[in-house]
Amino acid sequence: MSPHLETHDIRREYDSVLALDRVSIGAHLGRVTTIVGVNGSGKTTLLKILAGLDTPTAGDVLIEGHEANPTQLRTHSTMVFQRSVMFGTSVYNNVAYGLRIGGVSSREISQRVKSALTVVNLDGFERRHARKLSSGEQQRVAMARALSLKRDVLLIDEPTANLDPANAMIIERAIKDSAQSRAVLLSTHNLPQARRLSQHVIHLYKGRVVEEGEPSRFFTNPSDERTKLFIEGELQF
Amino acid sequence: MHPIIEGIIQAINLILTGDPEVFSIAALSLYVSVLGTLLACTWSIPAALALALRKFQGKRILKGLFNAFIGIPTVALGLYLYLLLSRAGPLGYFQLLYTPNAIIIGQSALVTPIIVSFATGALESVDPDLRTLARTLGASDRQTYNVIIKEAFWGLVLAILAAFNRAFAELGVAMMLGGNIRGLTRVLTTAISLETARGDIALSIALSFILLGMVMSLSIAINLARKTSQ
Amino acid sequence: MNRSAITKLQASLLIIVVICGIAAGTYAYYSMIVPAAKTRLIVSTTTSLYETGFLDMLKTKFEAKYPNMNVSFISQGTGLAIQTAMRGDADMLLVHAPSQEYPFLKGGYGVNRKIVAYNFFIIVGPSEDPAGIKGKSPSDAFKAIRSAGLNGTAIWVSRGDNSGTYTKEVSLWKAIGLDVKQLRQEKWYLEAGSGMTATLKLADEKLGYTLSDTASYLLNFNNHNIVLVKLVEGAKSMLNVYSAIADDPRNANMTKTNFDGSMMLIKYLASDEGQQLFADYGVSQYGKPLFGPYLKLLQTKSDPLGNDPTQLIQWISDYAFFEGSECPQQFRYQAEGLYSTQTPVPVLLVSIVAGVEQRKAAACIQSLKA
Repeated sequence: MSPHLETHDIRREYDSVLALDRVSIGAHLGRVTTIVGVNGSGKTTLLKILAGLDTPTAGDVLIEGHEANPTQLRTHSTMVFQRSVMFGTSVYNNVAYGLRIGGVSSREISQRVKSALTVVNLDGFERRHARKLSSGEQQRVAMARALSLKRDVLLIDEPTANLDPANAMIIERAIKDSAQSRAVLLSTHNLPQARRLSQHVIHLYKGRVVEEGEPSRFFTNPSDERTKLFIEGELQF
Repeated sequence: MHPIIEGIIQAINLILTGDPEVFSIAALSLYVSVLGTLLACTWSIPAALALALRKFQGKRILKGLFNAFIGIPTVALGLYLYLLLSRAGPLGYFQLLYTPNAIIIGQSALVTPIIVSFATGALESVDPDLRTLARTLGASDRQTYNVIIKEAFWGLVLAILAAFNRAFAELGVAMMLGGNIRGLTRVLTTAISLETARGDIALSIALSFILLGMVMSLSIAINLARKTSQ
Repeated sequence: MNRSAITKLQASLLIIVVICGIAAGTYAYYSMIVPAAKTRLIVSTTTSLYETGFLDMLKTKFEAKYPNMNVSFISQGTGLAIQTAMRGDADMLLVHAPSQEYPFLKGGYGVNRKIVAYNFFIIVGPSEDPAGIKGKSPSDAFKAIRSAGLNGTAIWVSRGDNSGTYTKEVSLWKAIGLDVKQLRQEKWYLEAGSGMTATLKLADEKLGYTLSDTASYLLNFNNHNIVLVKLVEGAKSMLNVYSAIADDPRNANMTKTNFDGSMMLIKYLASDEGQQLFADYGVSQYGKPLFGPYLKLLQTKSDPLGNDPTQLIQWISDYAFFEGSECPQQFRYQAEGLYSTQTPVPVLLVSIVAGVEQRKAAACIQSLKA
């Protein structure tokens, strides 16, 4: 099966820093792909490029085998950030925003918002003011926002980094759920989480892909020395 | 009785009995300053949007310029506009001098730097992540601007209130361009200046009470706006 | 929910305030301001006429008689008033500085000058009179003030602008051989740079002497704004003459001015009704009018201000006439009816009886016939 979303030799350079170097990866529909690596390895940059929020210095991003520019990528994917921002309005409006500008009918919007909120356990929160929620609740709203758009690609940067276990569990469940109909890419430090959630793991080190593979082999028997050290928490960066 | 105390008592009397002269002057003041501020908004808000949200050369210089002119002395501005609007001047065709419209135009020029500077600041202080968020959700440039404006709403209100305050309480422009003509261009500030020169203390005190009352209510409103914007 | 309710309240309050502001102002605007149907007349004038309230009264009366006119008086010093008229920003002048008015006519800016009123300047000062000028002639008084000033016992407050009053003051210093430019450097000579009331108040504060027109002085004295007293008054050199001059519509800057309106006002001021306004103004408060009506003086040979009428008429023509006339022929334009209000015979008789030189008499007759 060919990947739904892939990159060919992505290079991202700025301020004489090489953030990404010849990165070629692929993500398939129905699968969760996880990118792991130390701080500053380029995970966020890669996700942003896939989301169309950043332009690579060189290389291509392809959707279903066709080259795609950032504007196309932006409409094709949606991204959830590590710390999500809320609009200064109700939870309902926050989730509905993207649908409204997308021209979706209000009946459809109402349905989608409701089901998205249900997935993240926020039933009944529609009228609450988004900025008054706890950070865990806000992250869930962000997740619901992304889910309601029903885009083929879902990108998540450190989905549960700031969340307590209860919230984290809800988010992980939502991710598994959403992967059924999407290509999901997420970045994380949380190795058990990577093992739990994903069908494919990529190790990014200093902007390069040093190893990738299926989780069971990746975590028990990595081929690259740096991956071994990373898993043990001993990798220098 | 001491003339000042006598003046104050008479002033209160004038206000409480709704003296028509006092109130028509106050009403005219409101009229020219409200319209002047609104007029300034028509170009200042778009200018602020451009300065805050678009990228182009010389942004910093422009911002610095607007900042510099916030406190322009009203008499200086009044003088330059007078020369422009005079029948012998370039815009003399419109015969605007000594009409309320001249004051409206003058005050709109006066408050433009205030609106532009404050509004630009308010727009720039909007969390840039919000802009990114809007874009990830599919917003076009225009829709992103709407998000930012909504976010900065109370900051913009603050800018407009501050501008109105300046227009309402200024003397130089109204005097030079309006001529303080009774029943036509006599506003609170110019009337106070005249009545004081004439020695009608009671009337000038009455007018000053109204002027101060208005300015103080504006300060309260501005503070409310500032608190809400945070 | 609580918070958004409050902000909605604030938003609606704001909108209400804005609407009120526009409504109040628009109401004021339309209830008071000229609908486009009225024609506008802008008169540039002196602070002394303005501050006494005479012009407010004049406006009411004039507009009652001519309801489609809307008169705006811009009060500035005479010098500024003339400049405003030169730019065409005013339609006519109502000022009191003949030495500045003549160049205005000669320069092609003004036409149809008409003398309408007169009074006298007075020197006022502190009741203690440190320079001892009471009762002196103006030139002696000025000399005394200067020497007292140099001694540090007296202060002089000048208008210091280009007003008619200032123009008169400069001429008085000149008459005793002193140049104001030099006097300005001396410590006892202060310049107010303001209108007459402000100058009087400054002199009052500083216990100084100053030159004032009678009207402004009486007004402020009666209002208890000042306690200065009259010390020197009523000489020929202290004569104060008010004239009206229309902008010349043929002048390039003045093509847009309201010439017809100017003529209406000038004729009104010269008419019996207009002259009566001068004759009545201030009588009930001060016992005599603040401004003497000039044309009435010529007609009735009597002066409500109490001076010798014959002498007064002569003084005025000596002081305020140009080339033997209040307005030489070449500065008249479409002025039918404006210059035939003086009856030649009685004045001629009076001149002969008073023993005036034949040449002066002839000059008078000539100007009257013109």
